[in-house]
Amino acid sequence: MIKVENLSKRYAGITAINNISFQVDRGEIVGFLGPNGAGKSTTMRILSSFMPASSGRASIAGCDVFENSLEARSHLGYMPENVPLYTDMRVTEYLNYRAALKGVRGRRIRERVGDVKELCNLKDVENKVIGTLSKGYRQRVGLADALVHDPDLLILDEPTIGLDPNQIRQVRELIKNLGKRHTILLSTHILPEVEMTCSRVIIINKGRIEASDTPQNLLSQLRTAGGVRLEAKVGNDNGIEILSKITGVKDVSVEKEGDWNTFLLRVDANSDLREEIFRLSVERKWAVRELSRRKATLEDVFVEITHADA
Amino acid sequence: MRLFFILLNRELKAFFYSPVAYVVMFCFLMLTGTNFYIAVSLLNRGPSDVTVVEAFFNSVPSWICILLVCPIISMRLFSEEFKLGTIEPLMTAPVHDWQVVLSKFFGALIFYVILWTPSAFYFPLFEWVTKAHAAWSPGAYLGSYTFILLIGMFYISIGCLASVFTSNQIIAAILALAATILLFLFGLVSFFVLNITAAFRDLIGYFSSIEHMAGFSRGVFDTRPIALYVSATALILAVTYQIFQSRKWRM
Repeated sequence: MIKVENLSKRYAGITAINNISFQVDRGEIVGFLGPNGAGKSTTMRILSSFMPASSGRASIAGCDVFENSLEARSHLGYMPENVPLYTDMRVTEYLNYRAALKGVRGRRIRERVGDVKELCNLKDVENKVIGTLSKGYRQRVGLADALVHDPDLLILDEPTIGLDPNQIRQVRELIKNLGKRHTILLSTHILPEVEMTCSRVIIINKGRIEASDTPQNLLSQLRTAGGVRLEAKVGNDNGIEILSKITGVKDVSVEKEGDWNTFLLRVDANSDLREEIFRLSVERKWAVRELSRRKATLEDVFVEITHADA
Repeated sequence: MRLFFILLNRELKAFFYSPVAYVVMFCFLMLTGTNFYIAVSLLNRGPSDVTVVEAFFNSVPSWICILLVCPIISMRLFSEEFKLGTIEPLMTAPVHDWQVVLSKFFGALIFYVILWTPSAFYFPLFEWVTKAHAAWSPGAYLGSYTFILLIGMFYISIGCLASVFTSNQIIAAILALAATILLFLFGLVSFFVLNITAAFRDLIGYFSSIEHMAGFSRGVFDTRPIALYVSATALILAVTYQIFQSRKWRM
């Protein structure tokens, strides 16, 4: 669906994207992750034909985004960051206009606009002027706009930015449902969302792709992640030294709160050392009030990958 | 072409959704009404060889209206879209750049025509009240309004060009205003500068908007100004299109 080969984009003196290549196949929901300024929006703008690349090629459904721009755009529903909308138009009017602009004809316009309003829960604001809507509703109008011509591919730039938790959940559900019929490329900072909705994650940092894999694979490849939390009374023992001796423990840090010490152990990704820690505590006669495991999350992957260069 | 009309429809709606349109219409009507009053009052002073139509269209207030209104109605065309960021959903929809540029130009031009339409009632009103003719022939009305359209086309195209340079509407308005006033004054050079050759004076005469207006408001359809304004408009729109396209390379 999307094929990007050796894409680069240089602004005055700054290389926003440096020779990136990736592919998104039909039916995938791919999350584009990266710190601010990594090049996510730039890549999406190039894919949507808003700006041309400095070098390299990109194509959507086989149409080159530069040579065959018009056809590429017709396969695509794009929602820009900060969802710019005409604030003087009403919701239905705006969606009718956008549907007509994207090639939906005649009676189909009313059908499609009705469908997307239903899908994005816009029925109660359909006659309101866009300028009077809250951010959540505007975001939904933007999403409805992207969907109105029933495109094969959706490119969503930060679709949940600025939304409250309820709205984020609704948009997330919507994206999951859309993923059954559309191919989706979305960029976000909200990592748990990526884990929940995306079949694949591309991590981009400083204009280069650092990782591209399923969330599960990325988690399992992580060198050190996850940890064990132990709250115990260790008396006079040097807890850190003793715990560090367990194989598989990478490092230990401690916080003292009166008699109780909270140890945070960083352990090998796939190992579960709780039993061993428990036995050690029993052996040393420590009183334990919490022993829990913190699973590795995508945030750990993200931080590790993007801070590796820093 | 279908997309062009969809965009044009949106442009016209955009004009009328904004309070600027109504303020401009109100003030413009006040100015043209005042202009008509002044024209008739001046003619009341004594015999004159200009008709009411010519005195109305080729007068100072009328020219001030034209010179001011064109930059004002065209300043927001591109600048607003650049500033609000709505240029992004526009340019990522499957539309051609030329459709966008032409729809904005014609949207402004149609609004300009709407602005001038009420003035057409002044002359029948005058004739009904005074039982005298406002012009020597019906050609004068046609000529006057044709020229209003031509000059409007030209100045609005300059406004479009100014608008495409910047995301700041004020800068666009100032650039357009300066350009249109300079072009207007170019036609008046022969009044300011005396030691020029007759040939040069004639040459300037071809570009003199005031002389063109005088001719047309007498019903003289000189094709030379028509060719001038149509071709100049086309040239400026072509440049506007190029600059609009080139914007994406400069982002």
